[in-house]
Amino acid sequence: MSRVFGDRKTVLILLVPVLAVYVLLKVVPVLWSFGLSFFQGNLLRGFTFVGFDNFATFFTDKDALHALWVTIMFAVIMTAAQVTVGYLLALLYVFVLRKGSAFIRTVVFFPMVLPTVAVSMLFKSLVAVGDNQGPVNDIINLFGGESVEFLATTWGTMLIAILMTLWTSMGFYAVLLFTGLLDIPDEVIESARIDGASGLRLVRHIILPLSAPILLSSVIFSFNATLKVFDSLLALNNGGPGTSTSPLTLYMYRTAFEYAEYGYGSTIAVILTLLCMVFTLTVFRSSSKRTED
Amino acid sequence: MIIHSTSRRWALAGFAALTVTALAGCAGGDGGSTGGSAGGAGGGDEPEKFTVLTANENQALEDQLQMLADGPCAEENAAMPIEHQKTAQADTTQKVTLLASQNALPQHFIAGTDMVRPTGDLGAGGLVADYKEVLGDGFSNILPAAASTVENVYGQMVSLPYQYNLEGIWYNKAIFEEVGIEEPQTYDELLAAADALEAAGYQPLTTAGADGWPMTRLMGMYIFRNVGPDAMAKVKDGSAKLTDPEYVEGAAALQDLATAGYFGTGFQTMDGGTSTAQFLTGKAAMKYDGSWLLSNINDPSQNEIGEENIGFMPFPAVDGGAGSIDQWAANAGAAMAANAKTMGPKTEAWFSCIAENYGKQALETSGIVSGFQVNGEVADVAPVTKMVQEKVADIDETVLWFEALFDAKTGSLASTNGSLLVSGDMSPEDYMAALQASVEAAQ
Repeated sequence: MSRVFGDRKTVLILLVPVLAVYVLLKVVPVLWSFGLSFFQGNLLRGFTFVGFDNFATFFTDKDALHALWVTIMFAVIMTAAQVTVGYLLALLYVFVLRKGSAFIRTVVFFPMVLPTVAVSMLFKSLVAVGDNQGPVNDIINLFGGESVEFLATTWGTMLIAILMTLWTSMGFYAVLLFTGLLDIPDEVIESARIDGASGLRLVRHIILPLSAPILLSSVIFSFNATLKVFDSLLALNNGGPGTSTSPLTLYMYRTAFEYAEYGYGSTIAVILTLLCMVFTLTVFRSSSKRTED
Repeated sequence: MIIHSTSRRWALAGFAALTVTALAGCAGGDGGSTGGSAGGAGGGDEPEKFTVLTANENQALEDQLQMLADGPCAEENAAMPIEHQKTAQADTTQKVTLLASQNALPQHFIAGTDMVRPTGDLGAGGLVADYKEVLGDGFSNILPAAASTVENVYGQMVSLPYQYNLEGIWYNKAIFEEVGIEEPQTYDELLAAADALEAAGYQPLTTAGADGWPMTRLMGMYIFRNVGPDAMAKVKDGSAKLTDPEYVEGAAALQDLATAGYFGTGFQTMDGGTSTAQFLTGKAAMKYDGSWLLSNINDPSQNEIGEENIGFMPFPAVDGGAGSIDQWAANAGAAMAANAKTMGPKTEAWFSCIAENYGKQALETSGIVSGFQVNGEVADVAPVTKMVQEKVADIDETVLWFEALFDAKTGSLASTNGSLLVSGDMSPEDYMAALQASVEAAQ
């Protein structure tokens, strides 16, 4: 094996096709988009070089800054919720349910395989009001409260979007973290128990530090996925009411494809890419520092 | 060490070469399409098929054109067979922009309102044909009112009026009679009627808040009645601003209708189908909508209140306003343009045949009131359709809708922010300020 990987020709033959596909499908569009962000116009009108104007516009564009705020807020809340709930579920699988956790793991993971649009329709009907009122408002009415039109308010839409995303994704993070917990040697846990550690102390001083690498991966996964949230907010309430729950991705889509402003749309895409990189590097840096300490 | 750095250099060189090749490949494709476009213009070759791009949401148009191909336009269809293409209405701008940039526009296609204007991407590029030239003498098959509406909206005759829609308030005559109210002539009378209806236990108005535009239409009509029929043209040419008090008053009027509870529960997330059902089952007494509602009204399985109980009135006048109740809101459906680059005798024959026969066929088979002349007698026209036809015949002056003259972004903002306005999350002043800022940014 080492002879095969020691041969430069073999390495090139194995690497070049994959690298070519990667460059064509990933690097070129990113570079293309980066280049377009210095232009204004579209395929029909033609493109005019405008330098950094699009970037300057972005930081004075109220709608763009609001979309940026929605994106960051959603990513922070969702990452905290997904990783926390996922971790709690993983602890439940390993320490409480143990070998009998397979069924629960499957049930909790199941929403992950459902199409986002179908899940959005489901949640929309759950909180519906009026002639086709959903069960959530039926329950509110049962306790004497008045029906609430959740999707008519920003906080209501955001709340439903967060619950919906959590419901679909927590099973995935639970399984991811579960595999990390399984890697912790039984002997370590056993000796900690003999030393008198149990319950929260065991989790805090033994389980948490030993599962830090997989927790870090989960946080990076979650941040990158939620910073790019698009379909769930679009299908749930079209980024509304108004544009109050419209994330950067949706603003980028509308700018490029509905308003045919490809240059400015690309600028938003570049800023989103930078945002993902900054978040990832920050998480990496802070974790590596902690490891060094 | 030397080997290591050499291989790294090789890898870097390979990566750079791949990137450059890929970029060159993309650039080559782009150049090719531009060249193709110029070639198409010069050659003027007519394609073999009469390709028609319509919206998924408008199946009726595809059906009607196919019926023409199988019937009165069979000869034209034999010379150039029709081929249907579909797109989601929301994706129209994106799809048409891409097709146009690849010199692959269909012969006849749906387009965004802003795109086909003289200053729009297709209009400025000379990519859309003028139907006056395409139809020649056959242009007389288009009703003058419809032609004028098309020219008002698009600035040129670049769309065929497959629909000629009047917009107004549909009302339930039986409920009006029971509560003892007449057709309101002024906005104050409309509010009084709404109060009376609510007191009698009826929901006064129903609206599809999820769609946005049914709400902004009410605001727009208030503004047209208050400021006059040129209200939105003044905003476009900069002689008035949406932040002027008489425009803000329109937004406040819409907000007041919502705050008073006239739209009932859950209207902000209600879709068009549910709202129509509320009216046609007698739950709501009034609904602002277009004459395209005729297809629902003429369907006995949907219309539980009966044709005889359907009334249709224009948006009432505003006391002291410069507009009049006689100025109905009208539109001619989504833009259906013709590809100027591939125009030729067979395509012109197709368009002439459509102009000559569409009006009669659409009215006869589906009760659709179009902007084409009805050439020939049509028996058994549904009574409500006949009522709309009579109203169309009596109209002297029409107004457009609120968003008609906006650019794509402002039009979208007007609809989406409408839900914030009616929920009270946005004040009328802020709503109009946001739109005015968008109008100015587009200029």
